[in-house]
Amino acid sequence: MTATTTKVLEGSEQGFATTKLDSLLGWARKYSLFNYPFVTACCGMEFMAVSSPRYDFARFGAEAPRFSPRQSDLLWVVGTISQRQAPILRRIYEQMMEPRWVMAFGTCASCGGFYDNYTTVPGLDKIIPCDVYVPGCPPRPEAVFDGLLLIQDKIASGVRKVSVVKPRQDPATDLVQINTPKKRTKP
Amino acid sequence: MLEKLQAKLGDKVLETHSHVGDDTALVAPAVWHEACLFLRDDSALDFDLFVDLCAVDYPQHTDGRFEVVLHLYSTTKRHRIRLKTRVGDEEGEHADLDSVVDVWSGANWFERETFDMMGVIFRGHPDLRRILMYPEFQGHPLRKDYPAQLTQPLVAYRTEEDAGMILDKIAPFGGDEGMAFGRKWFDPPGASPGTGNKGGGAS
Repeated sequence: MTATTTKVLEGSEQGFATTKLDSLLGWARKYSLFNYPFVTACCGMEFMAVSSPRYDFARFGAEAPRFSPRQSDLLWVVGTISQRQAPILRRIYEQMMEPRWVMAFGTCASCGGFYDNYTTVPGLDKIIPCDVYVPGCPPRPEAVFDGLLLIQDKIASGVRKVSVVKPRQDPATDLVQINTPKKRTKP
Repeated sequence: MLEKLQAKLGDKVLETHSHVGDDTALVAPAVWHEACLFLRDDSALDFDLFVDLCAVDYPQHTDGRFEVVLHLYSTTKRHRIRLKTRVGDEEGEHADLDSVVDVWSGANWFERETFDMMGVIFRGHPDLRRILMYPEFQGHPLRKDYPAQLTQPLVAYRTEEDAGMILDKIAPFGGDEGMAFGRKWFDPPGASPGTGNKGGGAS
């Protein structure tokens, strides 16, 4: 995991401090994220685990949920986005004030997951810009924290490059492979 | 049960079977409503609980493409029945059937779903609108001839010009959209995607 604390204040031991305004703003913003949870599906259970005392994302300053997009900084898109919900999500994003960040929580929000069909938007980035993707079905709370810390890094540094939480282990390697005539070798 | 239904409706009951204890009757669509009323009101049958209503698309059937399936349960007699009928021609037109909302009000949303997914039109339904898909949606997605890849987005997808960036998926979401068991991965050479034809199969 990358370091999440950057030194903002210089020389504070002499009784005065100098910094850049952007650094100070970034430092203030990253520890006071107001969340807008857009929870649509089963990943919501994992979101509850993340926000409740056992994992407790309030430790990272991302405590206050704001159920008005006008007051929120970080949009959590948690779960499958159906085509029918797409206009709602788009509108909520448009109502948010700058600066705003978006996290795709789980595989469905990131790319549609296995809903490869007529109902589902294949990833929220088809509709709105996304800053951090957290893969997993659902992601472990630790992965969500990795994503939250990535967001905080981006806020502090001002870089808006799209980033992904790296999976600890590719779940595909554990799958029992069936019906794969291409890959089968005869003994 | 099935004998009572046959005695009441005669040759309008086209087929019956009781395979593994599931009493099933296929009736003509003309007597659909009458059969439902009889099943509810006959004191020995007394089907007071509506369980499920759906439709199955059989494009190869010539005597009615959509098989509408109704499941009933009697809370007093504790028995079940499955009632079927076939409507619609090969093009999916004229798939009309009498609504049974006036028999069991619980049938309301199930008939709306069947209309939404399959395009079966229920005559006399109080509010036959789409229930799952949005009003702008064209066609009926669970019909076998609905293209598997066809989506109808309500919001136009972002283009690379609008976004000012490359919108390619980044790992691990590339290629098969992050899913090792996705459709593309399973299709062997020679299979045509979306048709259910898996090609030569395992060898």
